[in-house]
Amino acid sequence: MSRKVLVIGEVREGALRNVSFEAIAAAKTMSDGGEIVGVLCGSDDLTNMGKELIYYGADRVVTVQSDQLASYTSEGYSQALMAVIDDESPEGIVMGHTAIGKDVTPKLASKIETGLISDAVNIEETGDNIVFTRPIYSGKAFEKKIITDGLIFATIRPNNIKALDRDEGRSGEVTAREVDIKDLRTVIKDVIRKSTEGVDLSEANVIIAGGRGVKSEDGFKPLEELAEVLGGAVGASRGACDAEYCDYSLQIGQTGKVVTPDLYIACGISGAIQHLAGMSNSKVIVAINKDPEANIFNVADYGIVGDLFDVVPKLTEEIKQIKVNA
Amino acid sequence: MNIYVLMKRTFDTEEKIQIDGGRIEEEGAEFIINPYDEYAIEEAIQLRDEHGGEVTVVTIGEEESEKQLRTALAMGADKAVLINTEDDLEEGDQYTTVKILEAFFEDKEADLILAGNVAIDEASGQVGPRLAERLNFSCATTITSISVDGDKAQIERDVEGDVEKLETSLPLLVTCQQGLNEPRYPSLPGIMKAKKKPLEELELDDLDLEEDDVEAKTKTIEIYLPPEKEAGKVLEGEVDDQVKELVSLLQNEAKVL
Repeated sequence: MSRKVLVIGEVREGALRNVSFEAIAAAKTMSDGGEIVGVLCGSDDLTNMGKELIYYGADRVVTVQSDQLASYTSEGYSQALMAVIDDESPEGIVMGHTAIGKDVTPKLASKIETGLISDAVNIEETGDNIVFTRPIYSGKAFEKKIITDGLIFATIRPNNIKALDRDEGRSGEVTAREVDIKDLRTVIKDVIRKSTEGVDLSEANVIIAGGRGVKSEDGFKPLEELAEVLGGAVGASRGACDAEYCDYSLQIGQTGKVVTPDLYIACGISGAIQHLAGMSNSKVIVAINKDPEANIFNVADYGIVGDLFDVVPKLTEEIKQIKVNA
Repeated sequence: MNIYVLMKRTFDTEEKIQIDGGRIEEEGAEFIINPYDEYAIEEAIQLRDEHGGEVTVVTIGEEESEKQLRTALAMGADKAVLINTEDDLEEGDQYTTVKILEAFFEDKEADLILAGNVAIDEASGQVGPRLAERLNFSCATTITSISVDGDKAQIERDVEGDVEKLETSLPLLVTCQQGLNEPRYPSLPGIMKAKKKPLEELELDDLDLEEDDVEAKTKTIEIYLPPEKEAGKVLEGEVDDQVKELVSLLQNEAKVL
């Protein structure tokens, strides 16, 4: 059964987020040959970004441009998106499970009184059903879920569903939709950037995480250097956050972020069950810890028993070398 | 201020998950207040102490949730409400939960509703913003700071690590993120007092709801555990050699470099 599917794209710091392309791939499965319509909101001209969505597989794109959409507010974006949903009457909607996705999709689902499956890591078609797989209990278990009534609506976790290859040969229309956005009760006063180097933890392909073993705020420096050569992000265990070595926004675990990078390097992390819940579904895990009995070695693909302050800088140097030679 | 907190009873974070007959095995597990809801309860108590008013903690669940409600009362909440769905509902989803809460809040004149930003079990994070939409409340998710002055609220939110500062108006629903506060432990006098505080129990019938009104829009068809990860290779030898071997393994075996 073919379905028209709306993909809500997301622009961050002037560029489309990768998860938006992954959402197009998800929409392909959901649509079963039906039309895929991308939607973008913002205050700048979005035509080029719209084309980009088409290169990644959208058939057509609708943009909503308004000064009121300069920063994300749930009211502004839901007004813009509802206007497009009303125009298009899609049979499916998909978006990344990002800060904006988490905030706006429940509001849209509530407005249109439909079900919503959040944070899917896999989508498959089984008979007439679109089956979503999602982690529960922070990845200690998984559930397969279907929508039983109405529109198929889901958010997908970054880094799990493979985007289609970019192809400039794909073509489609990018049209602008005027929306009169009004009665906003929320005003954004300021945004203080704290995240490191623009690589967001939840979307990072490589994460270097530190635990109590880093011993201090300065102790994160060698980890940051390693993250830099690998183009990754720095994360932390609760232990490191509680000890005030770093900000809570870096925390990975059952409380905190759940991440699934290609490579996770745990430095001085013992591996409490709550931390493992947040990272054990990473593709490749490396553990560096002084204590050979540390729990983290039970989930690691590769382990080095040793002092992180000795091992990590050497690892950084070695990787720099191979990058130079490559 | 008329303050409400949405609370959920969840598995203790220490618990290992086991599956029996296609369901998560609850027998013998320890239960706690969802950790993010604890931030909501703490913040509600602090706001009440500052502005006056009352804190009511609401949960949807079964008889067993009384224990977590009593804990919230012992922390300092004034009243608790258990919407007991044990006899009425086999399964529900976020649509179900919000339908019930919408009916509950219909005549409540709440100024502020606080909830956790996510529950650590099903982790949909939908209930707060969905309910705000139904009640036509302003809404801010993953907040790390809030101050209220009249009908205005100044809020800081965690947005993927960045801090967003915003101003919005009451009535307001917020969902709480780690870093908002340090939830207190119930004191002994608090525990004694909690026993006498009002805990109201409602059923769907009391909210003029039929089972059909709240029927879920989604369905779980399977629950399974991820394959047990096998312990990997612990490298040996001098540190320099280990590092070289690791890089070579990451390059050639794992192919992630």
